Amino acid sequence: MKNVARHAFMILFSLIMVYPVIWWIGASLKSNSELSSPNLFPAKPKWSNFTDGWYSVPGHSFTEFYVNTFSLEIAVLIATLLSSTLVAFGFGRLDFPLKRFWFSLLMLTLMLPGQVLIIPQYAMFHQLGWVNTYLPFVVPHLLAGGAGGTFFVFLLVQFVRGIPRELDESAKMDGCSWFGIYLRIIMPLMKPAIVTVTIFCFLWNWDDFLGHLLYLNSVDKYTVGLAIRMINDSQAGQQWGQLLAMSLVSIVPATLLFMFLQRYFVEGIATSGIKG
Amino acid sequence: MNRAAGPAIQAASGLKKKRGAFLKRWDAPIAGYLFIMPWLIGFIGLTAYPMLLSLYYSFTDYTLMEPVQWVGFRNYERIFTIDEKFAQSVKVTFLYVLASVPLKLIAALAVALILNKAVRGISAYRTAIYFPSLIGGSIAVSLLWRNIFGVDGFFNSVLALFGIEGRGWITNPDTALWSLILLTVWQFGSSMVIFLAGLKQIPKDLYEASSVDGASRWMQFRKITLPMLSPTLYFNLVMGIINAFQMFTSAFVITNGGPMNSTMVYAMYLYERAFSSYQLGYASALAWVMLLMIVAVSVTVAATSKYWVFYEGEAGGRKGA
Repeated sequence: MKNVARHAFMILFSLIMVYPVIWWIGASLKSNSELSSPNLFPAKPKWSNFTDGWYSVPGHSFTEFYVNTFSLEIAVLIATLLSSTLVAFGFGRLDFPLKRFWFSLLMLTLMLPGQVLIIPQYAMFHQLGWVNTYLPFVVPHLLAGGAGGTFFVFLLVQFVRGIPRELDESAKMDGCSWFGIYLRIIMPLMKPAIVTVTIFCFLWNWDDFLGHLLYLNSVDKYTVGLAIRMINDSQAGQQWGQLLAMSLVSIVPATLLFMFLQRYFVEGIATSGIKG
Repeated sequence: MNRAAGPAIQAASGLKKKRGAFLKRWDAPIAGYLFIMPWLIGFIGLTAYPMLLSLYYSFTDYTLMEPVQWVGFRNYERIFTIDEKFAQSVKVTFLYVLASVPLKLIAALAVALILNKAVRGISAYRTAIYFPSLIGGSIAVSLLWRNIFGVDGFFNSVLALFGIEGRGWITNPDTALWSLILLTVWQFGSSMVIFLAGLKQIPKDLYEASSVDGASRWMQFRKITLPMLSPTLYFNLVMGIINAFQMFTSAFVITNGGPMNSTMVYAMYLYERAFSSYQLGYASALAWVMLLMIVAVSVTVAATSKYWVFYEGEAGGRKGA
């Protein structure tokens, strides 16, 4: 009986959580005049919201914006995985002078509000001529920084610390180098944590609206988020259906990624033992 | 845990091969620095140096275009004396932090407690509950929210069913901030996942032993779950505060700081100064004031934490008692 009550509660609660999204799906098929009607779905779905919305930026299509976003995402993801696993191995496995000092600095930067860095970094990248390129996103991630970079190192260090040290010792006896231990022993064992980092990295960069807004200013480099904002500004709310349709499509990649990897996701956080 | 076995194996390998000892003695420091090199370069070039740069800018009238002029403490003076929008943004930000952080934590903890037990179909629930957080601070959600809480929005049409006359929740200065707070609370998924991970680490036998002693559910929650979960709670609290202080996208897209500056959160105001009016020096000073506010709040929370955060393995399970 108790179980039934619990499930009933959970189903109800889940419905409340996803209800705005169900409404969203309905609204993306509505015409402007139907938008305020209490019916969830319109009598005659206006599928053209999706096709017209796709081409609603003159001279460009969403295909282009998706290619841009994915190229940026992939570059950032590769940069992140390369740098954060190397650094995490260094902090989690090797002993070297001043290690504790550097690691405390890393922990401190974890709490540093991005706003303090936005202006000087913008000025630096401006001087380097990096504005309106993808370099302000890729280079920081290659250096274990950028959106969430330090957090990923922290997460992976916690995870690496939990892997038994005997494994490296025996590899070392067999003549394996540190890099070999990193590549052949630790990397494969880090899989759940790497999946967690991949999801977070993908989501945070997909949502890094402020970053995209600051650094990308020609439409042919625009990401999906910027394109949606552009339709929003240019139409001043005249085509809500198209706008909501394009917004809805924009959350599909992140949702699919999470659905396929969510099991690893919780596991990765649980095993990395985030505490205070 | 496994470290005790380490030295024994090392000693054995040292006897067998000289090379093992050699590696241990000086190879590790160099290798260590090589491995952390990406972060080290990034820390110096993208964090430490920019921070010094921003501190310097905060004492200038830097605009990106014209030559930089040193103005001493004038930016800071203006912030604290004549800048009314600063005072307003601090007020709005603190209200936002004070309302959204506890509400979000309570929702996350309550649902984590339920999800920790319901086993069947858990992944479906988890996906549903995590979904709002998944779409996070994206512009898509912000537009959705603007639509739902607009004058002709979904929320009002539901109220109309009950005969309640709605209003423009987002265009009304009294309620605009609350609609943003509600959006934040709706996205409690990340905190919930971290709570779930924390709950999984509490040993089951603690509960079994206490049920034998006849402890009620509520007693168990207060005497076992809460203390054992307190480090996770602390982590979520500090991260929640820091994130809430930096809230930007929804205030920017949904309300653009309005109506009547009722949602002019600090990060939004800073952005406006820096990238709409290009007063980068003044905005740098604002950024440093923000950093000091966050440090002050975090230090306060850290100072109180010794009274309520318990770490395993410390004498009596209590820190600094």
